[in-house]
Amino acid sequence: MSSERSITVAELVEGLGLTVFTPDADFDRRIATMDINRPGLALAGYLRYHPADRIQLLGRTELSFLTGMDSREQALRVFAFCSYEQTPCVVVARGEAPPPSLLLEAQARRLPILGTSMVTTRAASVISQFLEERLAPETMIHGVLVDVYGIGILITGSSGIGKSETALELVKRGHRLVADDAVIIRQVSDNTLVGTAPPLLQYLIEIRGLGVLNAMTLFGAGAVRTHKKVAMVIHLEAWRDDVAYDRLGLDEEKVKILDTELPSITVPVRPGRNLAVIVEVAAMNYRLKAMGYHAARTFTEQLREAIEGQQR
Amino acid sequence: MAEQRVVVKLRTGLLARPAALFVQEANRFSSEIFVEKDGKSVNAKSIMGIMSLAIGHGQEITIRAEGTDAEQAVAQLAAMVSKEE
Repeated sequence: MSSERSITVAELVEGLGLTVFTPDADFDRRIATMDINRPGLALAGYLRYHPADRIQLLGRTELSFLTGMDSREQALRVFAFCSYEQTPCVVVARGEAPPPSLLLEAQARRLPILGTSMVTTRAASVISQFLEERLAPETMIHGVLVDVYGIGILITGSSGIGKSETALELVKRGHRLVADDAVIIRQVSDNTLVGTAPPLLQYLIEIRGLGVLNAMTLFGAGAVRTHKKVAMVIHLEAWRDDVAYDRLGLDEEKVKILDTELPSITVPVRPGRNLAVIVEVAAMNYRLKAMGYHAARTFTEQLREAIEGQQR
Repeated sequence: MAEQRVVVKLRTGLLARPAALFVQEANRFSSEIFVEKDGKSVNAKSIMGIMSLAIGHGQEITIRAEGTDAEQAVAQLAAMVSKEE
């Protein structure tokens, strides 16, 4: 379900309100990488590892370097720099005007030259934040995302197992709902997944017999979140007598979403089992482990010592 | 696994009520059923999932199922959305 994503230069211009210096350029060029390049070395003539597929950001340094050359050399460097078809666009920071030689060459190649009034490092961070948001691999998962004691917990399980009911009980207990039933999960960086609700479904929760409810209007702004980092997965499944469920908590299951492995717990569901409390305790136990205390391991250690003590 | 691309002919698209009926129908099958639109795939047994796709009249979706009654499920659900009413 995940896919390599890209956006067009036109979307970048619109999203960040950039100035356009080359209205006739090809704004359908696609940006597929989140990285940005400051092409100082490329303009100095070193093109061996030139990352041409990135947005090229020109700051004061690059501009003054370029304009400091004699016109023949400048034309030559600009020609080489603009010759890459995979370059999506060039952004000039600090509200500076692009040098005429660059404009001329870019127009010939239909390479978009854009401008922003931001200073260069700020522009770089704004652009990369925008790209991260738009290019991060994304998937939709059938489940419920809640924030319990600050831990983002994704509750999964088949239809009708009680995911939404568990979320409702958690919200009643003062925790927060992020998304019910359909969760958009984005890989924002290595090992970080962030979940949100699809825009149409924000704050909504569906409970069999009650229908669609709005958790924010029912419980208040403190009961919902727009997004949350996903820290662990709790999988609910119908209780089966022939399955051996984890009794110790020593083994850690993992589940892979996009490129990230998350710790996962399988909780068997049986009428009368209070799932919300189990989820709450799982969240607290996760925090304890993160703080360095692992109850199951500590206990095993004590048990081992007790057994060894007898043998002495 | 069964799969079918189908154009939604329902006049209103999958508005709340038709979506609820669709999900109800999907829940009668034991197969895992998915509906895909524009590369986004959701569980067909989840009303919120289906509504999040905002499927309109004339749009093309893919219905996919895996399980013992997959063929039947896909045929039934495809017939449901391609009815003109």
